Amino acid sequence: MKQLKVLSVPYLVWMVIFILVPIIMVAFFAFTNEDGSFTIKHISDVGQYANIFVHSIWLALIATVICLVLAYPIAFIISRMEKHRQGTMMMIVMLPMWMNFLLRTYAWMTLLGNNGIINHLLGMVGLGPYKLINTSGAVVLGMVYNYLPFMILPLYSVMAKIDKSVIEASRDLGCNSVNVLFRVIVPLSLPGITSGITMVFVPAISTFIISRMLGGGSNLLIGDLIEMQFLGNSYNPHLGAAISLVLMVIILVIMTVMNQFSPDDQVLI
Amino acid sequence: MENIVSLKNLVVDFEDGERILKNISLDIKDKEFVTFLGPSGCGKTTTLRIIAGFLEPTSGDVFFDGKRINGLPPHKRNVNTVFQRYALFPHLNVYENIAFGLRVKNVSEKEIVKRVGEMLELVNLKGFEKRSVNRLSGGQQQRVAIARALVNHPKVLLLDEPLGALDLKLRKEMQTELRKIQQALELTFVYVTHDQEEALTMSDTVVVMNNGIIQQIGSPTDIYNEPVNAFVADFIGESNIVNGCMPEDCVVEFTGRRFKCVDKGFDPNETVDVVIRPEDVKVVSAEGAKLTGIVESVVFKGVHYEMTVDGVDHKWIIHSTKAEPVGAMIGMDFDPFDIHIMKISEEQ
Repeated sequence: MKQLKVLSVPYLVWMVIFILVPIIMVAFFAFTNEDGSFTIKHISDVGQYANIFVHSIWLALIATVICLVLAYPIAFIISRMEKHRQGTMMMIVMLPMWMNFLLRTYAWMTLLGNNGIINHLLGMVGLGPYKLINTSGAVVLGMVYNYLPFMILPLYSVMAKIDKSVIEASRDLGCNSVNVLFRVIVPLSLPGITSGITMVFVPAISTFIISRMLGGGSNLLIGDLIEMQFLGNSYNPHLGAAISLVLMVIILVIMTVMNQFSPDDQVLI
Repeated sequence: MENIVSLKNLVVDFEDGERILKNISLDIKDKEFVTFLGPSGCGKTTTLRIIAGFLEPTSGDVFFDGKRINGLPPHKRNVNTVFQRYALFPHLNVYENIAFGLRVKNVSEKEIVKRVGEMLELVNLKGFEKRSVNRLSGGQQQRVAIARALVNHPKVLLLDEPLGALDLKLRKEMQTELRKIQQALELTFVYVTHDQEEALTMSDTVVVMNNGIIQQIGSPTDIYNEPVNAFVADFIGESNIVNGCMPEDCVVEFTGRRFKCVDKGFDPNETVDVVIRPEDVKVVSAEGAKLTGIVESVVFKGVHYEMTVDGVDHKWIIHSTKAEPVGAMIGMDFDPFDIHIMKISEEQ
């Protein structure tokens, strides 16, 4: 055992330097002034941006729900395929992720633009042009497109483990297809649902690239707000740290609530 | 007694074109304990799955209580299955596993409490209601699986090698218990196993299958004493099977000698399989014996010794309460009614 503990030392060092120290620094910045004195001014200032928080949570929530609704049947269908086909299908699902994230989002800009491909095609049949880009819908679309694989993957890996005979047993005991879904498959895939929601919701709530590129100026999200404090014109790292800290607390609370829905022995986060 | 399940000319082809069932016809009587017995891949589980509704036959009809039920989904059939590896619901405790079928059918809470209680008593699992099924032993899981199926009061209970994963002692206990439950509840049990001893111990009727064909249907005694062909004889208990021919009625010739037997109705000099059970071989003095051989090995089996004897053209297995020394020359003889003559089966 002792020898094994030695092996964990590098990782412990890593965690302290790159996880613990930065978090402490964020907390320190959030609670101090430029001269280093303690203040809660920045934390209380975060309140001004409540509407941005609400908007971000709302868009992330919509994107997460859409991802879940899209991913659930896909994951289920793939998990019931023959083994060798499952691998191919999962590769196709993952394929977009092999491309650069920025590039993918740029592609959507050209598709959705006012003179973009979609409006161009619609124009050929006498429709539009519609305002597609720089809308909340475009931001949600970008989130769904980019984070869908993160929902499919945990759902699939949980569903692939559901024993076929358990599903047969439920049919044998009187379940029609709807009953099989809600009495067996959903409860058994709950760990996948919770971890999928986490993996989509957390990056979606803190994204800034997607909203910047597809949302225009009208869809400022928390991520954009934080970025502006560090890199933008309104340079104020103390406020940025305070916003980050509040966001972390919000995510932590949401995750704790989520975990209440997972069976005791299957907590994933 | 009425037929509860009738199978008529069932044929099943799998996707790769392999024919799994080749024209199976069978009647199962109400309140009967029927066992499908055969080696793996013989089609016994496939037949069970057709009755359960998980599989549609390529051709042929399934009747339940006189009605044709082809195409009827499993949840509308009045049968329940005990699965090979239990297939319990891992997210539910013992009580909820058993109550599952009743909840699906919206049975009242009062009725559920009563019926699940009865089942827990029947399978000796009182006090385990709240236990997670993942924390049960194999035997306990099997009991839950049986209770979960029986609580729905099916007319027919299908059991797919339910005791396969249990150790020998537990298996024997569960065999007796299952038989008791079947008789107490007066249910039809259709039981699938590859264990011939299990089949003989528990069943009213044994259906021996091989390569998608029913080889023989009969009571355990019939199947053991009067196997219809060499496959059945070999599969049900150990047997000495030798090639022979029938020069005339009630006379059989094998290993170059003629013996009296009780079978007749064969063509003159028809080639046949001769089956003799190891316990029916009589050890006699080598002098003047029709058949002699040298003892190759002796193994103590508890009740009897199992000897391998090297005869001229055949190695004989003999079960006897007396052991002969290895290397000794012994004589062998048979009573006429212990020599079973079988037509050579075309397909085995």
